[in-house]
Amino acid sequence: MMQKVQKSTWIYLLFSLVLVVIPFVKDERWFLFLLIQIFIFGIFAMSYDLLLGFTGIVSFGHAMFFGIGAYSVGITLERLEPTFFSFLLGIFFAAMAGGIVALIAGVLTLRLKSHYYAMLTLALASLFLVLAEKWRSLTMGNDGFTFKIPELPEGLQDHRNTVIYMFCLLSMILIFFGLRRLTQSPLGKILQAIRENEQRVESLGFRIMPYKVIISVISGVVASFAGVLYAISLRFVDTSVFAIDVTLDALLMTIIGGVGTLVGPIIGAGLIEFAHHYLSELSDVHWIFERWIILFGIVYILAVIFFPFGIVGTIQRSFAKRKQRKQEVTKSKKIAG
Amino acid sequence: MESTLLKLEQVNTHIDQFHILQNVDFEVKSGEVTVLLGRNGAGKTTTLRTIMGLNGATSGSIVFKGENITKLPPYEIAKKGIGYVPEDQGIFYDLTVEENFRVGMRKDDDGTKERMEWVLELFPDLKKFWRKPGGQLSGGQKQMLSIARAYVNDNDLLLIDEPSKGLAPVIVEKVIESIDKMKERTTVVLVEQNFYMASKLGDAFFILDDGITVHHGRMEQLIRDEELKRKYLGIA
Repeated sequence: MMQKVQKSTWIYLLFSLVLVVIPFVKDERWFLFLLIQIFIFGIFAMSYDLLLGFTGIVSFGHAMFFGIGAYSVGITLERLEPTFFSFLLGIFFAAMAGGIVALIAGVLTLRLKSHYYAMLTLALASLFLVLAEKWRSLTMGNDGFTFKIPELPEGLQDHRNTVIYMFCLLSMILIFFGLRRLTQSPLGKILQAIRENEQRVESLGFRIMPYKVIISVISGVVASFAGVLYAISLRFVDTSVFAIDVTLDALLMTIIGGVGTLVGPIIGAGLIEFAHHYLSELSDVHWIFERWIILFGIVYILAVIFFPFGIVGTIQRSFAKRKQRKQEVTKSKKIAG
Repeated sequence: MESTLLKLEQVNTHIDQFHILQNVDFEVKSGEVTVLLGRNGAGKTTTLRTIMGLNGATSGSIVFKGENITKLPPYEIAKKGIGYVPEDQGIFYDLTVEENFRVGMRKDDDGTKERMEWVLELFPDLKKFWRKPGGQLSGGQKQMLSIARAYVNDNDLLLIDEPSKGLAPVIVEKVIESIDKMKERTTVVLVEQNFYMASKLGDAFFILDDGITVHHGRMEQLIRDEELKRKYLGIA
């Protein structure tokens, strides 16, 4: 029997279609690159939302997974021939390494309170940063290194940016629908219950720890994949992929877009990447814009004031309230009539 | 004669530096409603939380169906067949009524389905608001959902903490009626400040005062004993 497709699925598919058409309408390099960054950070922020929004786990070192992904694919393609096989091998290494580190961090700390996980991930991310800086023979330290990506078939070679754009977009769409399915599954509901009241879930007969570790691993693998795409889009990796800013960006994208909504972090990624781009460009107009980070801070504060549950979260709540009010009016009319 | 389902012997519980339960003895017979009474801060909720493993007992023993469960974690205790309805109801606000049930269900067998149908007949409001988030239910509906969810699993014992708290008298009557029906199918430990409710439902009682079991017996004795009620429950 065919399952009923949710109304929102059609809306998301429509938006996806619009995004597919964009490169054929506006194929300027900088614009496609900006959208590619949005897709990549959208994936990364979704992986963060899985932890924070759906399970209530705070991570201060999520960049670690991003960096692991970027270095895994970068080193593989640089050390081996830049073929599709090496690329797939790089993705495999990224997923394995990200998953294993997430598993270790999860097993060590997730039985304790959430802030231990936050602190351990922060410490591990710093450790990876130092490792990337010091292991120069492999990573070239702070200078980073460039690498070649696989050659595309004849005919597509001139449209390399469009191909990367489509690959990142497709990845984002598939990951979004996959994660949405996960969060709507019984496992996803247990995770949300854990976020709301851990003790209560435990006294219903569930051992919390395996659920938290599972989601930590899934999140780590997805974040590593975002790192893979980031490295591929730049054809360059340096230690900045492990920086705390990367984690903070994911946190803010999730908070501004809407915690626990999945689509919110993608919107958050879009807003922040566009703001990054346009606010820094305004420095030509006035010197104050050189300090665009201050303006960025103001944007964050305003977003939190006017959208306390993030953009998507606030809109969803207002729709739910309106629906409830409508139902109450209908009910009271029935009683009166 | 009813057999003993749950027995606490000389149980001590500390929360941080505070010694809350002090050598508590407590016994629950199968098929009965045993009411835990006492003033605020007497240790009633801590007793339930200690049974559930949420506050670990520092000494003493808790035996359920002949098995020592004192050191087991809460999820193991729940699996042994103890359902817990906490004072704050513990429902998940962002999940719908249906999802609250599904998350709470440990099995999806015929027995669970039968209990689900039975409990939804007992609380028809829950069926009406099946797709509504738990956070949007009224206080009474939340309480019903909390009790119903604990009942749906194949539990031999339900621990219910102050189900009348904050509810309108008419809703309290409804909750009394439903627990009364439920007690035909399961054993209940009820923590209750509302003596009217306790006396309506209870078969046996235990009184706690400052973490110590000071009195226990049959409910009909307590109903008649004005002195005991005045001394420990402040009922004139």
